[in-house]
Amino acid sequence: MTSFFQSLGMPFEGAWLLSTICGILLIALPLMLAVAMIIYVDRKIWAAMALRRGPNVVGPFGLLQSFADGLKVFLQETIIPSAANKGIFLIAPVVTFTVALMAWAVIPFNSNAILANINIGLLYVLAISSLGVYGTIMAGWASNSKYPFFSAMRASAQMISYEVSIGFILICVVLWAGTFNMNGIVLAQKGHVFGIINGFVANPLLFPMWVMFLVSSLAETQRAPFDLTEAESELVAGYQTEYSSMAFAAYWLGEYANVLLMCALNATLFWGGWLPPLDIPVLYLIPGFVWFLLKIFFFFFVFSWVKATVPRYRYDQLMRLGWKVFLPVSLAFVVIVSGYLMATGHFA
Amino acid sequence: MIHIIAFYLFAVMTVASGAITILSRNPVHSVLWLILAFFNAAGLMVLTGAEFIAALLVIVYVGAVAVLFLFVVMMLDIDFAELRAGFVRYFPFGALVAIVLLAEIVLGIGAYRAGNLELGTPDGTAATAAGLSNIEAIGGLLYSRYLFLFEAAGVILLVAMIGAIVLTHRQRNDTRGQKISKQNQRRPQDATVNVKPEIGKGVSL
Repeated sequence: MTSFFQSLGMPFEGAWLLSTICGILLIALPLMLAVAMIIYVDRKIWAAMALRRGPNVVGPFGLLQSFADGLKVFLQETIIPSAANKGIFLIAPVVTFTVALMAWAVIPFNSNAILANINIGLLYVLAISSLGVYGTIMAGWASNSKYPFFSAMRASAQMISYEVSIGFILICVVLWAGTFNMNGIVLAQKGHVFGIINGFVANPLLFPMWVMFLVSSLAETQRAPFDLTEAESELVAGYQTEYSSMAFAAYWLGEYANVLLMCALNATLFWGGWLPPLDIPVLYLIPGFVWFLLKIFFFFFVFSWVKATVPRYRYDQLMRLGWKVFLPVSLAFVVIVSGYLMATGHFA
Repeated sequence: MIHIIAFYLFAVMTVASGAITILSRNPVHSVLWLILAFFNAAGLMVLTGAEFIAALLVIVYVGAVAVLFLFVVMMLDIDFAELRAGFVRYFPFGALVAIVLLAEIVLGIGAYRAGNLELGTPDGTAATAAGLSNIEAIGGLLYSRYLFLFEAAGVILLVAMIGAIVLTHRQRNDTRGQKISKQNQRRPQDATVNVKPEIGKGVSL
């Protein structure tokens, strides 16, 4: 895109800046629209599994429900508790929302549709996802209220615990792909099993890793059954208790943008990203981003499905799963995968 | 042009947030400013071409260490008056630390300017081997030339971790924990009995 702006007679720096801003808008605006629609989809799936109808009043089939909710929230009064630490209280939702958007910079939507095709793509994703906890901690502390504070404590412990095993899982993927570049990881999955199945997930050594990654991504985004940070029976609404109006909406949007990001990571790292599921020439006629979006929506359905069916974990069970099950198993798999790759001469 | 703007942005932000870290009265604010300083330092690393170090800085310091700092600081019940009371008493110690740090920086820059260090070149361009990405270059060095140092560091960390666990772990006999494996092994036929007692006889368990 930079070269296009340069051909209009711009200097390189101006063209680079303009094309980057265009790229950011091309990702962020559809993402916001997708978040609005995905909230509707989430509620519909959840309702269908509970034999209810879900939103069906605003617009055809209730499609405009999220926009109506957004408008309602927008018109509400912003309330800042008098005992709150004002600056941090207001920055916290901004942090959550921004961090949720930042990681999308390295997600490949197609063979060349990627905003920042950097060598350390996966490390960048890890770095950004480790920032996500700050929005929650800052909100919990700045609210100067007990329930948000408990929630922030829970959230930070939970996210640190599961990030450890996510790190080991990603190391297995990187070992097999031989690169940290997200597009490189997608391309390494082309014809990975029997030369025909695109995706690490069909690999018997990496399939357990994917299962653990899916569960960890549920914990990392604080979705059910790991939504202990907003367990309404214990903590009112968790860290968002004191928030109202657009600050609350920023949390809402950020949360769902994070969920979509985790779906996209599942698709990119284990299910072949923008590649079609099978390595057959006919399937490449369908553009890559269609496959990618289909995979994201499939994973989002899985997330909603889990939310509708699985009861919430107790906090000690959550910690046990993270530290006593996932951590040793993923550590063992790092040894097994690297040993297998060395034995078969993968790195030669 | 963009490089220069970015450098001064990151540099000014790093220095400024570092200064506010030690000047702000609320420890939680201090930690948050420290995090901003780390983040901008990572930006400076990216500008010098050390993107791997930048990512590690954010993952390790911002993502893990600073969260623990914040965790501890948030739980403290802070008495602001008492915090400022010890200033004169601790001033000599603080000054000593500052002098040591300054001496180390001067020494480091001096050794770097003198040359013969294979870190990079004194004009600021990092000397990475041609055609190698950052990660490959670091991996090649760590696992060949500095292998023993690297492994020694790993062993020291392992010992520290085991030491921390040994020191803090205590066996408590008065609590009853949940044994998940035992629960999962239970089958309905072991746990329930189906009986049809005669009227007035009752059941022995």
